[in-house]
Amino acid sequence: MEFGDPFFGNSYIDAIIRLNIVVLVMTLVVIYLTYGERKVLGRIQQRIGPNRTGPGGLLQGFADALKLLSKEDLRPRNADRWVFELAPFAAFVPIFVILVTLPFAENWGVRNLSLGLFFVFSILGLNIVGILMAGLGSGSKYALLGGVRAAAQMISYEIPLVISLLAVAMLAGTFNLNEIVLLQETRPYIIVQPLAFVIFFTAMLAELHRAPFDIPVAESEVSGGYFIEYSGMRWSLFQLAEYTAMWAFSIFAAVVFLGGWAWPMGTEWGWGWQLFLTIAKSFALIFSMMWIRGTVVRLRIDQLMNFCWKGLIEISFALLLVNGFFLYYGWPEEVLALVQWAATIIFIGFIYTRGVRRSRANEYIGTYRNPEAATP
Amino acid sequence: MSTWPTTREMDIETDGFDTVDMSINVGPQHPATHGVFRMVLTVDGERVVDCEPYIGYLHRGLEKLTENADYRQSMGWWDRTDYLAGMCCEGAYCMAVEKLAGIEVPDRAEYIRVIMMELSRINSHFMFFGAFGADVGSMGTSFIYGWRERERIYDLMEEVAGDRMFPTYFRIGGVTMDLPDNFEQRCRWVLDSVKKGLEDFDGLLTGNEVFIERCRDLSPVTPEQGINWGLTGPMLRATGLKWDIRRAEPYSIYPHLKFEIPVGRQGDVFDRYMVRMAEAYQSVRIIEQCLDEMPKSGLVLNPSLPKTLRVNDAECYLRTEGTKGEYSIYAIAKGGNKPYRMKLRSPAFCSLSALREMVVGTYVADAIIILGSIDIVLGEVDK
Repeated sequence: MEFGDPFFGNSYIDAIIRLNIVVLVMTLVVIYLTYGERKVLGRIQQRIGPNRTGPGGLLQGFADALKLLSKEDLRPRNADRWVFELAPFAAFVPIFVILVTLPFAENWGVRNLSLGLFFVFSILGLNIVGILMAGLGSGSKYALLGGVRAAAQMISYEIPLVISLLAVAMLAGTFNLNEIVLLQETRPYIIVQPLAFVIFFTAMLAELHRAPFDIPVAESEVSGGYFIEYSGMRWSLFQLAEYTAMWAFSIFAAVVFLGGWAWPMGTEWGWGWQLFLTIAKSFALIFSMMWIRGTVVRLRIDQLMNFCWKGLIEISFALLLVNGFFLYYGWPEEVLALVQWAATIIFIGFIYTRGVRRSRANEYIGTYRNPEAATP
Repeated sequence: MSTWPTTREMDIETDGFDTVDMSINVGPQHPATHGVFRMVLTVDGERVVDCEPYIGYLHRGLEKLTENADYRQSMGWWDRTDYLAGMCCEGAYCMAVEKLAGIEVPDRAEYIRVIMMELSRINSHFMFFGAFGADVGSMGTSFIYGWRERERIYDLMEEVAGDRMFPTYFRIGGVTMDLPDNFEQRCRWVLDSVKKGLEDFDGLLTGNEVFIERCRDLSPVTPEQGINWGLTGPMLRATGLKWDIRRAEPYSIYPHLKFEIPVGRQGDVFDRYMVRMAEAYQSVRIIEQCLDEMPKSGLVLNPSLPKTLRVNDAECYLRTEGTKGEYSIYAIAKGGNKPYRMKLRSPAFCSLSALREMVVGTYVADAIIILGSIDIVLGEVDK
């Protein structure tokens, strides 16, 4: 049976039913992602996290959702009414639409688009509209700062994000996500394109406003950023969009780089294993995002921009060029993988040594612990 | 030496667009203002062009209250100035009154006082590491790492004095009661955990590349500027000036103790952080020495004190090294059981007055961490 074949009745009803299933699963996943984030952060911060509602706090997400639904929907007096009220939807819908193309398992997905990859990264940018609407329409200066920061950051990081995806699409020779997954049956693309994955993951963190790129929503600076004036249901829509984006991006990364449902043993062990693979890979990525959030401090806006425009974009263009040479001359894939791994190690090593060398931190650390030594 | 801009320099060509500066009100209810502090930032995009601090939300009339109460009754209010290190403030107040009235303090009591004051200093510095990390954006992880050590110190203080934050443990002429039996062992355990906590902060913040990027070379202050602006304590030492009241104008038993004065190199935010790290370590060292050298028994309160303390005409200025800088008291007595005047020179207030010089020209995010690096405690700023 083909991917697009109607599963339930005719094709329209089929599409609607599939969409509904995705929405339900998504809501459930988001509720448990918030719970999971609080638990993981709690563990990192040496606390317990939610444990009062239900066994082990498992119902905490539902309790939060209920509380948010019953809260008053406030609108500041000087807010631009329609812009303010529609912004959460404009932010949420594009993220949700991404889920339409993602293959969760073989023949499991809403639609199998032949330009799936292209569709995803064209839709991604629309999220900014909602955030800018919230920032400009709230009538609050914090929201304005947050919204403008978000727009600058997301537009910048879209470029390395898309280029790193293009690098994979070059190798795959297709934009169809299902075919990209099938091509990774023997080895996931992260082995061939580690640098592309590093760039993608970094840009993904920036797109999702996760630490260390959580500048638009920085609590200690703009105390929430573009959604500072929202409450109740509209606020929760922003949160829903954020966590859905996390999940959608993680599945997307799993599909493009980590082998999706196909690697390992995907085509042999049936759909249950395939579904498990996709979900497990995406959750591993989400966990690493939470881990980073719990331990890394925030960058400043100009450092963030410098890192993108003076670092990531150049590297991603070079990456594209190297891939092109390899494809044009038909050099073996193993050599490409070697080159990429070397570049990845140099890239990460450069960032690490740069920080430590220029900081004098290594001189400080160690000296002050020795009581007899002259202190810094 | 002022860096206050007289005219605005436009960084960007406007190309026919009119840009206006925007003023943002930060506080008094803002997560990064460490209490009820308010500042109005005028920003050009992300760059701060002006900063106007407003204080006084926590003013409780401490000095006036002290003038209207018996010498011994005011103790509890002085705890509440620098409420992260209540014992340091108590110590300063007690020493001021003792200097005024010429009261001797037993040897053992002096050691106990120094131990308690240095524990308070560690306590306050850990709060700084935690809150500063949160300002820079570590999602509360640093905050809770700081709290772990603080809780242990507070538990120890509760065992000693019966209260955690505002112990009112010191008395004029000594301390209230002797230490509990297992104090030395417990205290050494706490000190070990403090050392481990400092290592944790090395791992979490000091060695973090993003943290270094944010803090390095941010708002450097020269020693001359520091002196002109009235900076004291870690803020001044970060500029490279070796100035510590515990050495420059020793009080209590500090002359007998061995410790270094950590100094920074260029007075930037990173140096301020590192100086506090090193200071916390030196405090551990001081406490360990005190535990070793302390007389094992003896009086802890001067027994020859009158029931009501009356001081005839006297005047004194007492300087102590508080956790935020020079915590000094100017006291006048004109007979009777109440002081005529008790003036507090609070270090955070003086450091805060230099906020504008340090903040103008940086980014909004930097303004927040510069404010954090001053380590203000509003109880002390507003008195």
